[in-house]
Amino acid sequence: MKKNSSRLTFWLFLIPSLFIFINVVIIPFILGIIYSFTDWDGFTFFGSKFVAFNNYLKVFKDQNFLSAFLLTFRYAIIMVIVSNIIGFSLALLVTRKMRTRNILRSIFFMPNLIGGLILGFIWQFIFTKLFVQLGTVLHASNIFFNWINDPNMAFWSIVIVSAWQMSGYVMIIYIAGLESINPDIIEASLIDGAGPVRRLFNIILPLTVPSFTISLFITLSNSFKQYDTNLSLTNGGPYGTTELLTMNIVQTAYKHNQYAIAQSKAVVFFVVIMAITLVQVYLTKKREVEM
Amino acid sequence: MEKTKKNMTILEIFGWILTLFVIFPVYIMVINSFKDRKEIFTNELSLPKALNFTYYIQAIQKMDFLTALGNSLFITVTSVVFIIVLSSMAAWVLERNKTTISNIIFYTFVATMLIPFQSVMIPLVQYLSKWQIPGTNFSLIDTRYGLIFMNIGFGIGMSTFLFHGFIKNVPLEMEEAATIDGCNKFQLFWRIVFPNLKPIIVTVAILNVISFWNDYLLPSLVLRSPNLRTIPLSTFFFFGEFTIEWNLALAGLVLTIIPVIIFYLFSQKYIIKGVMAGAIK
Repeated sequence: MKKNSSRLTFWLFLIPSLFIFINVVIIPFILGIIYSFTDWDGFTFFGSKFVAFNNYLKVFKDQNFLSAFLLTFRYAIIMVIVSNIIGFSLALLVTRKMRTRNILRSIFFMPNLIGGLILGFIWQFIFTKLFVQLGTVLHASNIFFNWINDPNMAFWSIVIVSAWQMSGYVMIIYIAGLESINPDIIEASLIDGAGPVRRLFNIILPLTVPSFTISLFITLSNSFKQYDTNLSLTNGGPYGTTELLTMNIVQTAYKHNQYAIAQSKAVVFFVVIMAITLVQVYLTKKREVEM
Repeated sequence: MEKTKKNMTILEIFGWILTLFVIFPVYIMVINSFKDRKEIFTNELSLPKALNFTYYIQAIQKMDFLTALGNSLFITVTSVVFIIVLSSMAAWVLERNKTTISNIIFYTFVATMLIPFQSVMIPLVQYLSKWQIPGTNFSLIDTRYGLIFMNIGFGIGMSTFLFHGFIKNVPLEMEEAATIDGCNKFQLFWRIVFPNLKPIIVTVAILNVISFWNDYLLPSLVLRSPNLRTIPLSTFFFFGEFTIEWNLALAGLVLTIIPVIIFYLFSQKYIIKGVMAGAIK
């Protein structure tokens, strides 16, 4: 009797979540894999033909996709390095015993609340208008010019805006890590005469590896998924030189109406992001030390 | 002692110099939103000659700002409330009944957190557009409840995971005592367990609010009617039309971040703590 009633509660409590989750995540995921092997037109699946790996062959021959892919890799690597270095440094700064450290934390985190799309538009003004004016006023138009129109600098403009946003988020994760270090260990190292540099490399860094696992994971997967800032800041331009992966997939589906091919790209995207993040988590997990 | 104090002051000044990098773009946006075209063109760095709110009034009208604000509020709040209720219930039964099936369900939730939204979005929209009840206007596409339904689906994995980790540390004795006192399972959950989840509820709420409020891609695929636009959507369309009129565009941007800044001023302590707690898990 008791067993039956608890089994009933188990399902009653679970079914609403499961129902929504299955319909929003699981079924579309499975459908997506099926569609990627057919010539689905984006509307009715009925009548679509099985084309085996044809879509995937097309995807890997698609020059735009390949360049978006390489660009995203480059972007992700730069973002992981830049935002983690800045984020970790900020965390070191605001975990010191300063009076205003809480206000500083709040300000550094603020860009995350504004959101990538809005941030992109704000910075568009800075790169296209303010930079041009600064170039004239300071007679430095080789540094300050309209970055958005320049194929090289447009990429860096996305990096700057995203790093400006993401560093604050990463900082919070490192603060959590740094604050969990037992102060006795730091004290002991001071008594043993370790200088600030040795303390950083031999004590603080090894003990914050778990935070690195999370931060690297978040920055890596967020960079691969970057879309909002890409859209609002450069919209892929000039001449498609800043089109990142997600934008390429969205364009393939909703602009060129090649739904099955877009879905194959989406599956490739999933496999790559999965492989990279799992390898990263495995590698950093191995370096975590137990205290 | 004297020396460390001095060092701290130097560090503090250094920290405030760094904050200028964060505040500077916001400052530029705000001061230029008051300038007319000619003034923006000739001087972007200095303070505006006059506080001219005309562009704000125009932006509010052209963006249909109040409608967008209402839509964003409604969609975000409803999605988050549902997520908190549904995923805390799910997490509780999954954590307290350790069976094979509950393990399978829990690890499916965890594993699918790795699926990027972009790899399911195309079939998702197509599949849910098939959900129609003949003879009614029911549709999950181009409706606010449709977007809420999808938000819940994408938020539930991570939220259940966070609740699950927290419930592990809630002592079972409390639940046992309540059961002996004659609580049934529903009373047990709502009167005893749920009130104890407060800290993690705050975390789950904050992480989801940030992601739903700022989301652009999913709403752009689901909401098509202009009167349903959320703030990121209306900003996007507004920019498409008025990108040359920067004064108007900047006033629009300032408007969109005002609600966020107000929210942040009141809850920054919880937000920082919430993000921290979410990150450790």
